[in-house]
Amino acid sequence: MGDEAFALGAINAGMSGAYGYPGTPSTEIMEFIQANTLAKERGIHSHWSSNEKTAYEEALGMSYAGKRSIVTMKHVGLNASADAFVNSGMTGANGGMLVAVADDPSMHSSQNEQDSRFYGEFAFIPVLEPSNQQEAYDMAEYGFRLSEKFEIPVIIRFVTRLSHSRATIEVDTEAITENSIHFPKDGKRWVLMPGNSRKRYKELIDVYDRLEHDSEKSPYNVYTPGPDHSLGIIISGIAANYLNELFPDGCPYPTIKISQYPLPKAMLRKLADECQEILVIEEGQPYIEKALRGVLEPQTKIYGKLDGSLIRTGELNPDRVLECLIKIRPELDTIKAQAIREACDITVARPPSLCKGCGHRDVYQALNEVLEGYEDARVFGDIGCYTLGYLAPFKALHTVLDMGASITMAKGASEAGVHPAVAVIGDSTFTHSGLSGLLDAVNENSNILVIISDNLTTGMTGGQDSQGTGKIEEICLGLGVDPDSLHTVDSLPKNHDDMKRLFKQAIDHRGLQVVVSRRECIQTARRHGAHRGPKTAG
Amino acid sequence: MKTDIILAGVGGQGILSVATILGVAALKEGLNIKQAEVHGMSQRGGDVQSTLRISSGPIHSDLVPSGKADLIVSLEPMEALRYLPALSREGWIVTSSAPFINISNYPEIQEIEKELEKAKNVIAFDMEEMAKEVASPRSSNMVLLGAASHFIDISSKIIEDAIINVFSSKGETIVDSNLKAFRAGREKAEHFISKQQH
Repeated sequence: MGDEAFALGAINAGMSGAYGYPGTPSTEIMEFIQANTLAKERGIHSHWSSNEKTAYEEALGMSYAGKRSIVTMKHVGLNASADAFVNSGMTGANGGMLVAVADDPSMHSSQNEQDSRFYGEFAFIPVLEPSNQQEAYDMAEYGFRLSEKFEIPVIIRFVTRLSHSRATIEVDTEAITENSIHFPKDGKRWVLMPGNSRKRYKELIDVYDRLEHDSEKSPYNVYTPGPDHSLGIIISGIAANYLNELFPDGCPYPTIKISQYPLPKAMLRKLADECQEILVIEEGQPYIEKALRGVLEPQTKIYGKLDGSLIRTGELNPDRVLECLIKIRPELDTIKAQAIREACDITVARPPSLCKGCGHRDVYQALNEVLEGYEDARVFGDIGCYTLGYLAPFKALHTVLDMGASITMAKGASEAGVHPAVAVIGDSTFTHSGLSGLLDAVNENSNILVIISDNLTTGMTGGQDSQGTGKIEEICLGLGVDPDSLHTVDSLPKNHDDMKRLFKQAIDHRGLQVVVSRRECIQTARRHGAHRGPKTAG
Repeated sequence: MKTDIILAGVGGQGILSVATILGVAALKEGLNIKQAEVHGMSQRGGDVQSTLRISSGPIHSDLVPSGKADLIVSLEPMEALRYLPALSREGWIVTSSAPFINISNYPEIQEIEKELEKAKNVIAFDMEEMAKEVASPRSSNMVLLGAASHFIDISSKIIEDAIINVFSSKGETIVDSNLKAFRAGREKAEHFISKQQH
């Protein structure tokens, strides 16, 4: 897998620590490191963090101390860590630091299609975008060197299709020695007080210019000549494979494959000079295409996502790239394979659902029955397996925004007069971003019911350790939840009536109520069962 | 050689194990592979698809263009139909005929059978039933692998070695039951293929 290739590349490149929070499609990077023998021998840090922001700062701390670190997250995790991320452009890095962010075009398992390349430019941080598994491996060491040379963190931008696709790659037989502790030469940069920051900001703009020069000669930004100069193609990351698939004997048009940002503007201008028109094919949002408008002559014809030549939403594939090519060069229709069959109209969608034996099911079952008695009940959901409670058969949720928003949105709605306002949040999401929201609710004794559906794991991403396991009630009490307003129940079918009674009482009690409903995730329970052998009673 | 395979099923049925075993076998043969998987939300009982490309030459794309897949290999008949546009003219569909009904609007099974019959090259039988008979219900994915193995240019010995390799950590009983299921699936498919040739 692309994730695993990068993880191995980072281990072999002398990484001393990996930090992160699970998020599809990035999770397998950390899981690979946790299982790797050399990583264990070397004692490379690979414990999950509470959220992406804490992870980011921990990785930056290791970089400050001179060692090589990575931080892993999905694209929306970069939002959670944005404060640390943007300011880390200002502090810069000392030991090489890589920010492995996995974007999710097509939203296979996400709320949006945001493109991390925009973040890179915003924070003056360079971006590497591997186009295949070999590059994912190679870019770890290359990225660490780039990071140390320019003293700045480097984003490695993954997309789902690369993260989760396997291929054979060549790897090093020996790993580089880890860096020893050495502190930054320029200590002032690491204290972002206005006086230091003003000086550093000027310097950072200069660093970004030098990074652009580096991109011009990057081995990952590749110009390939072609005989037909009526069109020049700029293609980024994994999309390049689809073009190669369509033209196994070589593309007739000159192309530039981009895998290192900031964009090599001179290189792009040269292509525009020798070609009549330009086509941009990129996975994600039209980042390059937008940037070109300020780089190429204004009269240059640019095809891409903005003019509708290439599909604007969803991930690319060979079909979609070909469809775009045919739109602007109809003669290419000849390379299209004749499908023997159209899509079959009797097939229906099969959405995911909560597993049989999952405690979230019992929570929704009981909650739905209780809420039937209230006309304006609203349930504020959160991010995790229990988001599936929105779908049939439960249809229990009214909102899902981001990690932790269940509690805070319920609070805001209750202040607008909504009753009952119920928040449903999982244990891992609660410790990720729910704590500060619950503190707000405690301080105002908000009239909401918070259900923490605790399955003792981070379930949706495949069962990673959850940072609050065994501590949920203590955390609630520590935040100031009244012990009389904190209830615990095992979310089992046999407790159905108890759960209903508890929810009903909690709703009718004006003020903050917290119910921790607990049952181990059926998937991790099965795995544990397989390891431990049959469970005895108890 | 070059074989492009679409693997399909419902989350939890074990379709990714089929891909893993074929990947191990292909590596043993010194072939190149690319295999795209679906993780995350869809694994919870939703439709799951994996693309496996095996080739003696270089492979560019992780995904197969429409109309170019050599095989659709599915543990569920409606899921097999979902990927029909991917199949090439000479391509084969190998699928279990046992429906997995976890949605309320699942089509009539007769409709699905009718659609499958329209395809030129099809092997469809109840793989769950066969797995139950010869091994255990959980090894229906190995029945499927056995049936599909006729169309993949890797010897069955190498695939069996890969099965042993992948399941060895789970104990001899599980390895044996998977091998039995594989062989039964392979044998059953022979009848379909010889029928097709006559």
